[in-house]
Amino acid sequence: MSADTEPAGPIIEIGGKVADAADQRLGISKYLKNNINKLFPDHWSFMLGEIALYSFIVLLLTGTYLALFFKPSMTEVIYHGSYVPLNGVRMSEAYASTLDISFDVRGGLLMRQVHHWSALLFVAAISVHLFRVFFTGAFRKPRELNWLIGVGLLTLAILEGFAGYSLPDDLLSGTGLRIAQGIIQSIPVVGTYASFLVFGGPFPGTSFIPRLYIVHVLLVPGILLALITAHLMMIWYQKHTQYPGPGRTEKNVVGYRLFPIYTAKAGGFFFIVFGVTVILGAIASINPVWMFGPYTPTEVTAGSQPDWYIGWLDGALRVMPNVEFSAWGHTLSINVLFPALIMPGILFTLLGLYPFIEQWVTGDRREHNLLDRPRNVPTRTGLGAMAITFYVLLWIGGGNDIIATHFSLSINEITWALRVTLIVLPPIVFVITRRFCLALQRRDRDKLLHGYETGTIVRLPSGEFIELHAPVSEEERAKLLAGVRYQPIALDTTPDENGVAPKVTLLDRARARMSAFYFGEQVAKPTAEELDHGAHHSAELAAGYARQLEAYENGHPNGSGSDGHPNGSHDGAADGHAGESAEEGRVIEASPRPTQH
Amino acid sequence: MTDVEDPGDGHPVPGSQVEPVGAHGTPDIPESRLPVHHPRRTDIDPRAARRVERQVSLLFVIGILTPIAFWLEYVYIPRDKVINVPVIGPTSASNFFLGLTMGIGLFCVGAGAIHWAKKLMPDVEEVADRHPFRGTDEDRATAVQLFEEGTENSGFLRYKMIRRTLIGALAATPLFALPLLKDLGPMPGNFLRYTLWKKGERIVTDVSYQPLRAVDIPIGGLVSCVPASLPAEQDASGNQNEAAKSPVILVRMRPAEIKKQQGANWDYEGILCYSKICTHVGCPTALYEQKTHQLLCPCHQSTFDLSDAGRVIFGPAARAMPQLPITVDSEGYLVAQSDFHQPVGPSFWERG
Amino acid sequence: MVLLFAALVGTGGLYSALTSTSAQATSSDASAQEISHGRQLFLEGCATCHGLNAQGSANAPTLIGVGAAAVDFQVGTGRMPLARPGTEAETKPVIYTQTEIDALAAYVASLGAGPAIPSDDQLDLTGTNLQRGGELFRTNCAQCHNFAGEGGALAFGAYAPSITTATPKQLYEAMLTGPEQMPVFADGTLTPQQKLDIIKFITTVRNEPNPGGLALGRLGPVTEGLFVWVVGLGAVIAVAIWIGVKVS
Repeated sequence: MSADTEPAGPIIEIGGKVADAADQRLGISKYLKNNINKLFPDHWSFMLGEIALYSFIVLLLTGTYLALFFKPSMTEVIYHGSYVPLNGVRMSEAYASTLDISFDVRGGLLMRQVHHWSALLFVAAISVHLFRVFFTGAFRKPRELNWLIGVGLLTLAILEGFAGYSLPDDLLSGTGLRIAQGIIQSIPVVGTYASFLVFGGPFPGTSFIPRLYIVHVLLVPGILLALITAHLMMIWYQKHTQYPGPGRTEKNVVGYRLFPIYTAKAGGFFFIVFGVTVILGAIASINPVWMFGPYTPTEVTAGSQPDWYIGWLDGALRVMPNVEFSAWGHTLSINVLFPALIMPGILFTLLGLYPFIEQWVTGDRREHNLLDRPRNVPTRTGLGAMAITFYVLLWIGGGNDIIATHFSLSINEITWALRVTLIVLPPIVFVITRRFCLALQRRDRDKLLHGYETGTIVRLPSGEFIELHAPVSEEERAKLLAGVRYQPIALDTTPDENGVAPKVTLLDRARARMSAFYFGEQVAKPTAEELDHGAHHSAELAAGYARQLEAYENGHPNGSGSDGHPNGSHDGAADGHAGESAEEGRVIEASPRPTQH
Repeated sequence: MTDVEDPGDGHPVPGSQVEPVGAHGTPDIPESRLPVHHPRRTDIDPRAARRVERQVSLLFVIGILTPIAFWLEYVYIPRDKVINVPVIGPTSASNFFLGLTMGIGLFCVGAGAIHWAKKLMPDVEEVADRHPFRGTDEDRATAVQLFEEGTENSGFLRYKMIRRTLIGALAATPLFALPLLKDLGPMPGNFLRYTLWKKGERIVTDVSYQPLRAVDIPIGGLVSCVPASLPAEQDASGNQNEAAKSPVILVRMRPAEIKKQQGANWDYEGILCYSKICTHVGCPTALYEQKTHQLLCPCHQSTFDLSDAGRVIFGPAARAMPQLPITVDSEGYLVAQSDFHQPVGPSFWERG
Repeated sequence: MVLLFAALVGTGGLYSALTSTSAQATSSDASAQEISHGRQLFLEGCATCHGLNAQGSANAPTLIGVGAAAVDFQVGTGRMPLARPGTEAETKPVIYTQTEIDALAAYVASLGAGPAIPSDDQLDLTGTNLQRGGELFRTNCAQCHNFAGEGGALAFGAYAPSITTATPKQLYEAMLTGPEQMPVFADGTLTPQQKLDIIKFITTVRNEPNPGGLALGRLGPVTEGLFVWVVGLGAVIAVAIWIGVKVS
């Protein structure tokens, strides 16, 4: 007798009436019929994007709360709230209202912290989601547009976060705004004009916080909401990708239904993400603006860093050598422009265009719904690892003074080390990653042909040691076999019927060479005949061993080996071993055995 | 079945697969089936299912109770109460309890839903087909035909003048925005070239605005200073714009230690005055090391040697820190000889 | 009776006159004793680097004119004796007793006038302005020592140490004498009252609770970023893996 399984009568009745009314006006039954049982493949790495989505919802909720109390104004006031060390100090209304939220509104500090932790988690989730999509090739046709939207979301999320933590007008974030202003000012030709337009005059002025506020609460969230909606709609329509495995093909989707399973899992996950962020807000301090003090351009703190997702840009500014040109009354500040604007511009452009670049290089214009295992696309995986290395090194650069004090190093040494490793390490990582992927591919091939090593060593009556291999399971087999091998683009040099060779441009040549580089060395997958042959060979060897064992047992009726050893090749101390091998021999006999070489 | 354009002339298709493709788009290997479904404990054992039901319900009950507890905490925990939590140390009782209650409550609701889905809802994998996105050839033809009809009806192609002027009008409409944005801010003018400093402007300490005599500053001393007229200017203007350009530092070293200055006799008896605004991107630069005479900016670690005309010895800043020429007035207080001889702060295009 | 009384007073007065002079003689002796004790300690523990007459050497600066406060600070925080020459001094276990430190300080003070050790009166924090102290701290100190006094990096391996455990006396002495690379904040630029304001601020803020929870070192966004990746993202991904794991 399980628990109360009777349906709740009144709920069904009312629900029925509502559904009927909606159907008559909106035709929801047609929509529900097709979509309520939509299938979604199940894998934890598909939930990373959800973390970002739910963090965004938490940001909207907590942000709305904060907006009810925050005053986006740079007008100077004298603070008279609960925080004693700032009592009577002059500060902007924005800063004063943030202090009020933190000390005089119950739950205000909690909401502020949840909002800020959520923002950090938002960008972190987008980043790991990006890694997953990149390394599994989910950006390929037909999902290139979704990839572009995703890169746009990442950029906007970073800008939104920067705007958000600059709103309280505290010393730390104000220093960050000063840096942003210095960067804008350094832009050739229009820099000073742009800076004066953006800040409503000289820095810091009195207009910037109110303007930043509207960008942060209206403009960017609006664009984010629209892009997220488009992003989700495309996943819905195009169906989610899936990992290769048993029963999974390019033409189907295998998973669980939206209703009720994914409704419960995804809905539950939203509560989890929300709950974790609130717990973070309860137990860990973030952005204690009262300790920084109000912003004034004459003060600064040691260890001035931006939030983590901007750390790489700060690191780039720190490690950049001081290249600047002055001529004919004008100054070109490469030391500022390159790390702050040019380098990130190039990186984000490459990131956004990557699906198209890869498509051009591989010539692969097929639709892909099965994901790649990263080892099967060594060059792409290597490029991704290289990019992440570059990014992480810059990130480390952003914290070079904190690292210096905590590990007793000199910031100058760290800066020089980073300058060198930024150039040298990424290509090394690329090569190592690619080789590692190829090694993993070889191992997969071995597993398919020879089974996996069980770790059980057996000594045969003939004295030979063998390791037992077991065939991979059917599911594993399907997974290992699913990677596809391509051939690179070849230059078309065969002459046509008139004997004229086709024109080969520089671009064609470049494309062919890049294609060869991309596909590079490939480990061939075992064909069906090879697999058959492998299994056959294993069976033969197994039969051979079984015969050996039988011969031994026939010669030694008390097979448990208490009376010495078959060939006298090892001494009495190993009595147990003989018995063991006899035992194992029976085990060997029982199951089909692949070979060990 | 595949979407690769095959030129059909026998040449290898670019980017084509090495292995032949099977009917379902996967390489031609024996078809794999969905893995065998193993029933879960809760599928076969009703007692296990009941236990899970109780667990899920308990988690949801926590979700019911925590908002009530939250409400009580909100009302009864004073704003300023401090409690000592292990590992965390002294913290706000209100923030800690409100946050943990709400966080655990939400977490439990989520965990309950997931537990329910994993253990009690069906876990049999289902298969659905993917359909090609591309429309059928008939659909495409119809769409093209309708579009062509519409274009023909509009006369877009026929009336050249209309077409060209329409494109012009649509392109011009966004230009309304440009002049509207112009008044976002004034023109920079000369603002970046000059500061509040002028001949005879007294150098006063930041925060307390006290003027300084040479004897006040010891060897190895560092004083953060501003022009004497800054406080009044800030009150009058209501902004900190001048404070972003005018702050300076006074440092003192033995006259013999001064290797070079940016101008002859710009110091006063070993007291040097340098701008406090970094020439990289504008952070205040006040980390002065009295023995090495180096000035470090905490933002990106630009390092300036103040005994050597403020030149850059490390870091991304490209220009030396501007020096302010100083002397003393008739009462012996330190004053500026003039404004800076170059714009202070970050570089800009028209700087020179 | 009167005669006896007069005799008693006379004896008492004579006695006190004699003893008071000898007491004076004892106190000046103690001072001289202190100095010579200090000199002895100096020759044993400091002269190898600072020279036999404290005139300095290639390894160490002169101590003539640095004053008692500098000695009390350097030796009292364990910075001196230096672990090895050429590195920045760091706080270490103090190896001299307070009496010995006083003696060393007295000796160095006798070599040339310099800042004296602040007395308890001079360190009285009543009537200080906490808020003014904060503004002064943020203008003069935070750029090296960080907004919460947790310390920061300087150029070429030097660093500004954490000041979260320094005593008010040590804070005062450091401002007054400018140890190592720290600038000298003489009374003409930061008045004694302002120094006390700053000390009041430092000692108040470092004992402040962290209302938001774990302080994460009071170092700013770097530790916060590490925390969110390791703890926040880690927890959420752990749950995601739990969601995806097959149930037996």
